[in-house]
Amino acid sequence: MTTVDRKPRLRSLGSTEMVYLALLGVLVIGAVLVAVDGGNLFGTANLVDMLTRSSLLGFVALGQTFVILCGSLDLSVGYVMALCSLIGATTMAGDPAKVPLGIVVVLVVAAGIGLLNGLIVSVLKVNPFIATLGMGLIIKGYLDTTYKGPAGEVPASFQQFGYSRIAFLPVSTAVMLIAVVLGILYLRRSRTGYHMFAVGGSQDVARLSGIRTGRVLVTAHVLCAVAAGVAGLLIAARFGTGSALVYSSGYDLDSIAAVVLGGTLLMGGRGGIAGTLAGVLILAVLDTVFNILQVDPFFKDVLRGVVIIAAVAIYARRQIDRRASRPRFGPGGNGGPPKDPVPDEPVPAGQGADR
Amino acid sequence: MTTTAPEKKATRPGVAVAARLFGGGSATVFALLVLVFVAILFLNPSFFEPPSLMAFAKKAAPLVVLAVGQYLVIVCGELDLSVGSLVGAQVVIAAAVIDGQESRTVPVLLLMLAFGVLVGLVNGLVVTVLKVHSLIATLGMMLVLYGAIRLWTGGAPTGALSEGFRQVGREGIDMPVLRQLPWALLVAAAVVVVAVVFMRKPFGRTLVAAGDNEKAAAFAGVRVWWVRTIAFVLSSVLATLAGVLIGGYAGVTAQVGEGLEFTAITAVVLGGVVLGGGRGTVLAAMAGALTVEALFTLFNQLSLPSTIRPTVQGLIIVAAVAWAARERRRPFLPQS
Repeated sequence: MTTVDRKPRLRSLGSTEMVYLALLGVLVIGAVLVAVDGGNLFGTANLVDMLTRSSLLGFVALGQTFVILCGSLDLSVGYVMALCSLIGATTMAGDPAKVPLGIVVVLVVAAGIGLLNGLIVSVLKVNPFIATLGMGLIIKGYLDTTYKGPAGEVPASFQQFGYSRIAFLPVSTAVMLIAVVLGILYLRRSRTGYHMFAVGGSQDVARLSGIRTGRVLVTAHVLCAVAAGVAGLLIAARFGTGSALVYSSGYDLDSIAAVVLGGTLLMGGRGGIAGTLAGVLILAVLDTVFNILQVDPFFKDVLRGVVIIAAVAIYARRQIDRRASRPRFGPGGNGGPPKDPVPDEPVPAGQGADR
Repeated sequence: MTTTAPEKKATRPGVAVAARLFGGGSATVFALLVLVFVAILFLNPSFFEPPSLMAFAKKAAPLVVLAVGQYLVIVCGELDLSVGSLVGAQVVIAAAVIDGQESRTVPVLLLMLAFGVLVGLVNGLVVTVLKVHSLIATLGMMLVLYGAIRLWTGGAPTGALSEGFRQVGREGIDMPVLRQLPWALLVAAAVVVVAVVFMRKPFGRTLVAAGDNEKAAAFAGVRVWWVRTIAFVLSSVLATLAGVLIGGYAGVTAQVGEGLEFTAITAVVLGGVVLGGGRGTVLAAMAGALTVEALFTLFNQLSLPSTIRPTVQGLIIVAAVAWAARERRRPFLPQS
């Protein structure tokens, strides 16, 4: 999908490359700031801190990428995480023999929630924002009613998943990176992966091209919920017990921010998991740097908000001329009045399709 | 997606009414509202004595005001997630600056108004000029406001509101039958009336047009970016007003406004206003807000444990929106 009159310099630099450049920039600035403060950002302790932070959000954002690529959204991930940490911890109940059972139960429950989300969105045609917000509320009510506090106990063998590390690489981060690689392969090599881009580009066109859009959406939602479930298991492993309070940590909005920071369009159809990983790492580096510099935690929120808006504004600048701004929630859109002159020659098929 | 079947002309008036009530879109919410009220009536007839109705109105007024603001943003195709933290910010600012001194009430109200306009302007310009998706732009604003207010106050709100400030949210005009006609009800009613008139004026029509088909609106000469920016400013101003009501009604805590953005969006969507813009009316958004508040009251009457409420709320939103979407795809009436 190339337009004729674009500066070659810009074309050679895709979204993903931009994100990694931004990550590099954040790393350099962070390292300088930390060095001025008399520390070393790349010391083992800080490196471990950074990577540990990224693993949890990494899982959630990985799943969120599939859903957003399809033009959907999942606001229930935080609650799914909390639920899964509790289910995992209570099923294991401190018995090492029950670890596999706990993992399986968690994944099945998470997949079930994802299935429900996907069916509500694709079959009942409920706006994903409302569908997943509603699902989140449903789970929240269940959690608040059933669990008054931390519950269950994770056996020491499974807590290794949360704590142990190989040199400076925490095991959880390694697992997350493997999942990311699998996710990239899935999107780039599998049929359903391709279909996700198509569905996100335009659901109608995808359906007219013979794609069962419903199945693709459901698959994306199931993958997203399962990823959130794994994040829940990781929380259980770190805390040694399940906790319902996880849902108030804002992982749902954070994961969306990481995905968008990674260059995936909120309206779907463009982007990828590699970018999301960079987005997650940028947020983790920022958090670590703020922590080392002992920035006021509330100031962190302010900076984080500004960084997210600024980053997305920069992408948006580039995406306007790519004619990539599509409506997020339905007809209409966010792209503003058409500024670029309409070319005289007929629009290439692929390009007309995703308007 | 949200393609809507063209309006069908009904053959018989009775069928037309039924179609409007159950055909999805705006009328469904009124049916749901009546249903909830009937349920409350069965459980607790005394709810319909004027004084307790007025108490209900006082409690529901802020959400109605917020829902109208959110409606303006949603109908032009955007979303405003920052209203909850803006309400919190305004209440905390008011408490800190007034510090219990009656003489500062009016200047602080003006200051809050200015702050509201500023926040709305930033939201609007970031969305329209910088082309940041409104979900992200207002999410960022939410984080910034949340952090900035706590940074400024050191984590816990300080100061106190003056009695004059709290009048609007708490007091009312004493009357014989109603016992008290709350100011909040008058404010909410005024907001709704002004909004209804506003939406019938050219600017309101332009707002809907921009949400329905941005390109067509732009070709027809609408300055879409300007219209949307104004919608964001109005949303923030109404959130400020809601902040005044909530501050008066509930006082100052660190949690004021938390989660209100989602409640307001829920109310608007429950009213049949389509996320993505171009469909829905102010009155339906107001009815959505009333329905949400009535549901909360119903949960109270049923003496459900407060923790289970989100579950019921979630089920109802999903069911209501699914119902509306189903009927939009398969029209109730056969083609005449």
